[in-house]
Amino acid sequence: MSQSYNRGLIEDFGRWKEFSAGMWAWIFHKFTGWMLIGYLFTHIAVLSTAIGAASGDVALIQQETDVYTQTIQGLESLFIIRILEVGLLAVAVFHILNGIRLLMVDLGVGLTAQDKSFYASLVLTGIITVASVPTFLDGVAL
Amino acid sequence: MAERYSSFTRGGTGWLLQRITAAFLVVVLAFHFFQLHFVNHAAEVTFAGTQERMSTIGYFVTMVLFLVAGAFHGVNGVYNALVNQGLEGTPKKLVLAVLSLAGIALVAQGVWVAVAMAGWT
Repeated sequence: MSQSYNRGLIEDFGRWKEFSAGMWAWIFHKFTGWMLIGYLFTHIAVLSTAIGAASGDVALIQQETDVYTQTIQGLESLFIIRILEVGLLAVAVFHILNGIRLLMVDLGVGLTAQDKSFYASLVLTGIITVASVPTFLDGVAL
Repeated sequence: MAERYSSFTRGGTGWLLQRITAAFLVVVLAFHFFQLHFVNHAAEVTFAGTQERMSTIGYFVTMVLFLVAGAFHGVNGVYNALVNQGLEGTPKKLVLAVLSLAGIALVAQGVWVAVAMAGWT
């Protein structure tokens, strides 16, 4: 039988000063999740220019001046977009690593190390993000 | 350590589907990322190149499943986060309806985009 006690509304963000590692992990997971689903909607909206390109002039596609190619390449030529891509990677990597951690917490595996695995997720996310910077900033000027 | 920490109801279909889509998303997202940032660079993407990839049936199916899994995982995650936040009664039903419609619209638009990319329109 589960032992339960009243821990109050733990979703009360006004209590952030009392939050432990596990609580921060949970908040970061929600925050990164909101960003990722928001990005997915934006991503499909941008890629929707393919509909216009497909129904347009074939010559434009061959000359690489169709609306899809120009939209993607135009966005990728912006420094701020490259920075946002690095941010997106950081958000996705943390969500994945912490998601694996959450699965283990859910299954009751390694509960005593759940705070350490949160810190490990953060450090690993930082390392992978920094390592990705050269790839994302390749061929773009400020 | 008998306390429950998850945002999801244990043993629920939502919990299971969230995990199954997560496992699928990790693998396909890694593929998607390497495909469009290392093999092909995002800045060099052209419609012709996209069409070449998307008109391959295996790639098309993978991308559509990727979209369905992503949309479900995201929408289900948002819904559960809101329920956790104390959403109940009529607002809960309304939010579920709005999120479901948004998810279906996202998948419908995405499939249309994929079909256009493949050149099957």
